[in-house]
Amino acid sequence: MLFGIYSFLTASLFVTLDAVDVAFTEAAVGAGISTFLMLSTLALTVPREKVRRKRNVIPLLVVTTIGATLVYGTFDMPYFNDPSAPLHSHVARHYIEASADEVGVPNLVTAVLASYRSYDTLGEVTVIFTAGIGVLALLGYRKRRGKS
Amino acid sequence: MRPPTQPHNLVLRIAAKMLIPPILMFALYVLFHGETGPGGGFQAGVIFAAAFVLYALVFGIGLARAVATERVLRILASLGMLLYVGVGLASLFAGANFLDYDVLAQERLEGQHLGIFLIEISIGMTVAAVMMIIFFAFAERGVRR
Repeated sequence: MLFGIYSFLTASLFVTLDAVDVAFTEAAVGAGISTFLMLSTLALTVPREKVRRKRNVIPLLVVTTIGATLVYGTFDMPYFNDPSAPLHSHVARHYIEASADEVGVPNLVTAVLASYRSYDTLGEVTVIFTAGIGVLALLGYRKRRGKS
Repeated sequence: MRPPTQPHNLVLRIAAKMLIPPILMFALYVLFHGETGPGGGFQAGVIFAAAFVLYALVFGIGLARAVATERVLRILASLGMLLYVGVGLASLFAGANFLDYDVLAQERLEGQHLGIFLIEISIGMTVAAVMMIIFFAFAERGVRR
């Protein structure tokens, strides 16, 4: 419930920031679908956690190592609002200036997502597709068994 | 298959009936208007799926499953991916880089328009189908327990 309210608030925040398409996504996914998924996951699980006696050292090690690596990676990031950051000096200027001639689409976001960075978008769609396959593999199996 | 009758949710059912067609229409608008306005394939797919989720929540999963069967959703999701890669391969065979739309039509900008249009449709198909697959997988699992 709180998640849903939070998502709606975030969506309105995005609208005031003029990022309407992000607001769409936030309202539909965050408030609608993921709230439902959260509730149905709660319905699928049992109220009590299974107590494990064994200590798991390896997962702790893996998590700590990955976390430390990620934190170490942030040290290389440019400072906030740094004008010489790659974000401002690399290809963004080219996109803004030349996309009208090269792509001819009024919406710059669409031009970047669907034309310049189409390969990345292909990767995103593949991730979503893989997520669907994963959910089917985990949850859809028993259903088919029961039907046949 | 008849739906389980829910006589107490009259307001909810009427409101959903009035809301769902505009939601679907809005999803298509977001999809086809993505070049000029905000939005695109991903948003359109999510909104489209949200309409189905609303329908399934109000009228029951059985009725929603009559349209969005497992088979249809799987084919739709895979078809979106195939269309996306197909556009890329088409431009590859036409003599340009992978997913370079310039060569898809006679005119360069026309090719870009066509390419973006096809890409948005394929994204929308895959996203909508996968969202519904995930939703139904969770929902039906819950019903069965």
